[in-house]
Amino acid sequence: MPGPLKPAPAAPNGLNPNSAFYKAREKVHPKKVEGPFRLFKWAVLFLTLGIYYITPWLRWDRGEFSPDQAVLVDLANRRFYFGPIEIWPQEFYYVAGLLIMAGLGLFLVTTSVGRAWCGYACPQTVWTDLYMAVERWVEGDRNDRIKLDKAPMSAEKLAKRTTKHAIWLGIAVLTGGAWVFYFTDAPTLLRELLTGQAPFVAYATIGVLTFTTYSLAGLMREQVCTYMCPWPRIQSAMLDEDSFLVTYKAWRGEPRGSVKSAEAAPGTIGDCVDCMACVNVCPTGIDIRNGPQLECITCALCIDACNDVMDKLGRPRDLIGYTTLKRDVAESKGETLAPMWKVIARPRVLIYGAVWAAIGIGMLVVLAGRSRMDISVAQERNPVFVVLSDGDIRNSYTVKLLNKEHRPREFDLTVSGLDNARLSLPVSGEAPAKRLRLKVRPDGVDTYRVQVRVPAASIEDEQSEIVFKARAADGDGDTMETTRFTAPEREDDGDQE
Amino acid sequence: MSPEPTKTPTHSGSDAGGPGTTGHEWDGIQELNNPLPRWWLWIFYACIAFALVWMVLYPAWPTPGGNTKGTLGYSSRADVEQQMKDLEVARAAPLKGLEQMALADIPKNPAIMAAAVEGGRSAFKVHCIQCHGTGAAGGKGYPNLNDDDWIWGGSMEEIHATLVNGIRYHGNDNTRQSMMPAFGRDGLLTPAQIADVVEHVRAISRQEHNQAMAARGAQTFAEQCSSCHGLAGEGNKTFGAPRLSDGIWLYGGDRASLTATITNARAGVMPAWNERLSEATIRKLTAYVHSLGGGE
Repeated sequence: MPGPLKPAPAAPNGLNPNSAFYKAREKVHPKKVEGPFRLFKWAVLFLTLGIYYITPWLRWDRGEFSPDQAVLVDLANRRFYFGPIEIWPQEFYYVAGLLIMAGLGLFLVTTSVGRAWCGYACPQTVWTDLYMAVERWVEGDRNDRIKLDKAPMSAEKLAKRTTKHAIWLGIAVLTGGAWVFYFTDAPTLLRELLTGQAPFVAYATIGVLTFTTYSLAGLMREQVCTYMCPWPRIQSAMLDEDSFLVTYKAWRGEPRGSVKSAEAAPGTIGDCVDCMACVNVCPTGIDIRNGPQLECITCALCIDACNDVMDKLGRPRDLIGYTTLKRDVAESKGETLAPMWKVIARPRVLIYGAVWAAIGIGMLVVLAGRSRMDISVAQERNPVFVVLSDGDIRNSYTVKLLNKEHRPREFDLTVSGLDNARLSLPVSGEAPAKRLRLKVRPDGVDTYRVQVRVPAASIEDEQSEIVFKARAADGDGDTMETTRFTAPEREDDGDQE
Repeated sequence: MSPEPTKTPTHSGSDAGGPGTTGHEWDGIQELNNPLPRWWLWIFYACIAFALVWMVLYPAWPTPGGNTKGTLGYSSRADVEQQMKDLEVARAAPLKGLEQMALADIPKNPAIMAAAVEGGRSAFKVHCIQCHGTGAAGGKGYPNLNDDDWIWGGSMEEIHATLVNGIRYHGNDNTRQSMMPAFGRDGLLTPAQIADVVEHVRAISRQEHNQAMAARGAQTFAEQCSSCHGLAGEGNKTFGAPRLSDGIWLYGGDRASLTATITNARAGVMPAWNERLSEATIRKLTAYVHSLGGGE
C-alpha cells in the first residue's frame, strides 16, 4: 500500500500539479483469468449477445396482412409485435409496465445479490468483455500489452493495433446493424443495406451505434461506469449490511506477507501474499482490498484470481468472496453463519419481488382479456346539431373503429337511447338506416363520419345519452361507447314577444 | 478582503479522507477536488469548436443590416417554401382529374372526393367562415350549409354555380338574381295585411298562429307571394325563393322577423368566387359543402 502522499511543491499558479482539475485516464490492462465466475460471465455474454443478434431473424406467422417478424417495433405503422402479442400506441402502458418491471427488477437483483446487473448482464459490461477478449487475442495478455504500449511504433505494433481496431469496428458495425433489424423486416433490410438501398435513417442509426459501441466498449470502458452511468450512484444508496458484495476478508488477509515471512513467523502474517492477482485481473483497475468501492462492478473475477492463488498455496479459498458486511463480521468472529437463503429472503427483497410479480401478473391478465376490436366516438361540436326541413334533428359523429385482427372485418354499427334514430354516411347517398355495415381494414383503424337522425318527437331533452354499438358482422365480439345527442332548446310555447 | 488560499493543496485527502483539496479554504471550509476526466474537457472544447464552425456555416449573428447569412446559405424560410411546394405537388396527385370530370361524378369517386373534401375544408376556413361560420352552420342571414334546405339548390352543379357566380353580386352577369319586393316599405301591402300573411306563414310552417288572421293571410299570400314561394309555400329554387313550410329560417321564423322580412324584403349577397379562386379550389369547396350532410 502506498502511504499518504506528501503535498507536492506548489506550482506557480498556487495549485498542486498533482491535484489538477482534470485527470488523465490511467489505462487498465486486465489479465486473463479462469474460474467459475469467468465461466459464468462467458455464459451470460453468449446468451445475451445471442438473444440480441438472433431475435430479429425469428419469424411468427400472422397471416397475409401483417408482418411475420416475431419481434418488430414498427414505428411507421405504430405497432409493436412481440410473438403473439401486438401492442398499439394507445396500449403503450404495457411498455410502461415493462419498464417499471425492469426498474423494479434491477432493485430486486441489487437488493438480493448486489450489483449483479453491472457485473454480468449490463450491455456495457458484455461488450467491454467482448472487446477485451479481442484485445487479448490480438495483442496478448496483460504483460504483452503493457510492453506493446511502451514499445515504439513498429510494423508489428502497427499491424496488431490495426487488426484490433478493425475487429472492434467490425463488431461495432454488427452491433448497430443488428439494432436496425428490430424496426423493419430483417431480411428485406439486410438486402437493402447490402445493395445500398436502405433508408438513410438505417445507415445513420448504424453509424451512431457503431460510434457508441466502438468508443464506449473499446475506448471508454470502465469510465462509462465510473463517470457516466447513474446506476452505480443509485445502487450505493440501496446497498446495506445485508447486500452481497465482492469482499476482501481483511480479518483473514492482513497483515500481508510473503509465504517465506509467514513460515518465518507463523501466526503473525495473514493469508494475503500481496501477489496483486486480484488487482491485475480487475477490469476497472481497482484494488478490492481497499474495501467496497463505487468503481467495483462486482464481476467477481478477483475471486477467481485469488482462489487460484489460494489453491496453489494450499490455503482455504474465498479470501476474496461474495459475502455481506454482516456475514463478514460474523465470519471473522468465528460465529456460525445464517444460511444464504435467509439473507436473500429479507422483507425488502420479498416486497420488491411481490410488487414485481404483481405488475407482471396484472399485465398478463389485462393482456389476456383485452378486446380484439374497439370503438371511439366523438360528437361533432360545430355545429352540434342541425335542424332538417322535416323537423328531424341530426347530430354528426366521428366514429373510429379498431380492428385488431389480422384480417379485414365488417362491423355493424347501431345506436340506441333514442327512438327511431337512424344512421347514415354523408356522400354515400344512401337513405338513413337503423344499422350501418362498415368495413374495417385488417390490423388497423378506419374512421367514418356518421350522421344520426332522430325525429323531434323522440327527443325530450336538450342532451340525451345515446350508445353506439359496433358488433362484428361475423358475431365475433362487440364493443360500445356512450356519447350524447344534442337538440335545440324546445320552444313548446312559441314566441313570447 | 478577498479570500486567499490559506493551505497548500493536498493530494492525499482532506481531514475526512477521500479526494484531495484544491487548496482553497474560506472560514475553515475546504474545497474538495474531484478531478473530472480529461476526455470530458475535450468534449467541452469540441462543443466550442462546433459552435464556431456553426457560426460560419449557418445564420448566427444579428447585425444592423440583418443577420449574418452563413456560408451554406441556409434559410428556414426557404426551407418552408420548398416544403410548401412539395406539399402542393403531393396534394395534386390524389386530385388528378378533378377539374376535368363532370361535377356529379366527383362524389362517385371516393378517392378524389375524400381529397377534394379535405382541400375544400381548408379553403372554406380561409374564404367562407367569415359569414358561414367555422362549422358552416351559418347564422342569421347566412345560410346553414349542413341542413337539407337549399335556396338555390344543393346538387354539385347548383352549389358550383352559386360559388362561381355568387348571389346578387354586382360584378357578375350570371350571378344568382332574385329580388323580393319590399311589400311594406313600397306600400304594396298594409301593415294589417302583412300581419295576416305572417300568421299564414306561421301556419304553413306548423308554428303557433292566429287562425282567423292566417285564413285572411292565405288569400293575400296566394295573390302576392305564391308566384315565387309556391301556393303551399314550398319555395322555388329557380328563383331562389326559400321554402316557407319547414322549420328552417334564414332570417328567423318569429313574428318580428317575418314582419320585418315582408315589410323591407331581404337581399343577401355572396361574392362570385371565380374572381378570386381557381376552378380547382371552387370544386374542392363544392365537394366540401356537398359533403356536409345536405348535398342533393
